[in-house]
Amino acid sequence: MTIPAEVDRRFRDAAVAEGLVDAAYDLVDSPIGPLLVGASSQGLCRISFDADRDPDAELERLADQFGARVLRVPAQLDAARRQLDDYFEGRRRTFELEVDLTGVPAFQQEVLRELALVPYAETATYGGLAQRIGRPKAARAVGGALNRNPVPIVLPCHRIVGASGSLVGYAGGLDRKRALLDLEDAGVS
Amino acid sequence: MMQVVSIPPFERFYDDHREEVFGYLVRLLGRQPAEDAFQETFLRALRAYAGLEHGRHLRAWVFTIATRIAIDERRRERPRGELPELTTIDRRPAYAELADLAGSLPPAERAAVVLRYGYDLPYADIAGALGSSEEAARQAASSGVRRLRRKEETG
Repeated sequence: MTIPAEVDRRFRDAAVAEGLVDAAYDLVDSPIGPLLVGASSQGLCRISFDADRDPDAELERLADQFGARVLRVPAQLDAARRQLDDYFEGRRRTFELEVDLTGVPAFQQEVLRELALVPYAETATYGGLAQRIGRPKAARAVGGALNRNPVPIVLPCHRIVGASGSLVGYAGGLDRKRALLDLEDAGVS
Repeated sequence: MMQVVSIPPFERFYDDHREEVFGYLVRLLGRQPAEDAFQETFLRALRAYAGLEHGRHLRAWVFTIATRIAIDERRRERPRGELPELTTIDRRPAYAELADLAGSLPPAERAAVVLRYGYDLPYADIAGALGSSEEAARQAASSGVRRLRRKEETG
C-alpha cells in the first residue's frame, strides 16, 4: 500500500532527530546530471556522479564507510543543495560546508586540503599540487588521490589539469570537467 | 556452507518493506493509528539495525516488530468489541476481505491470520512475531480461522 508522503517524511526526519542515521543522502539535480549528495553527522561526505547509473552501489559504499544506517533524508542536505544550486547558477564561488573526510587516507587528505585552496576559475597542475604539499615527485599519486575525491565540485579537483594545460582526466568524465571549468570562466567574465 | 547475507543499507531495507508493512498495519489498526505505528516500527528497526549480525530474515524481522507494536497499540487503545475502521483499498482483493473479516479477532489471532494468509509468512516467523512457540502460532491462526468460520455461518 502506498505510504502517504507526509508519513514517509516524518519517519525520515524522526530518524535524524533521534541520531539514528549514519549517512543521510539525497539526489540533487544539476546541469551536469543528477548528483547523489551525502552527509554524515560530521559534514558533507559524498558527491557522486553515479546517482542515475548505479545508486545502489553508491549506497553500499556509504554503508561500508559510515555504517549501514544510510537513509535518504532531503532535509539534511538542504544547505548543500542550496549552495550547489547557487554555484551552478554562477552566484557562488566558494562553499561554506563542513566536509567529513573520515576514512580518507592521510596522504589523500593532505592533497585534498591543498586542493581546497585552488581558487575559483583558476587551474593548477598535478605537479604543482605535488610541489605544494612538499612531494614534487608525487604528481601521479596526487592524480590518484584526486580521482578518489569523495566530494568533487566542493573540493575542486576539476581545477587540476596536466602540465600542458590539457584536462587529462576526471572521475566524473572529461565532459563534466570541461563544463565545470567553462561555468567558472563564465562566472568571472 | 551457510551463505553470508550482508546487511543492506537501511534505505534499501526500508524501500523493500515499507509498503507491505504499512499495508499490514493499516489492516491491523486502521489508517490513523497505523501511521504512528509505522513510524515506530521503522524507528525501532533503525535502533536495532547497527547491531544486526546478518541480513537474513529481515522481512520476518520487520513484521515481528510491526506485529508487537500493533498488538500493544490495540491492547492499549481499544476496549474489547470496538473495532477500527478498516480500509479496503488494496491491489489484492483477498487481502481486503481478509482484513475486514479478521477485524473482529483478538489481536494475536488477528496478527497470526493476517501474517499466515495475507503475507504467507511461515509459522516459525509468525511465532517470532508473536513471541510465542511455533505451535502456539499455529493454534492462534487456526483458532482465528475457526472463529471467522463461525461468524460467517452465524452471519
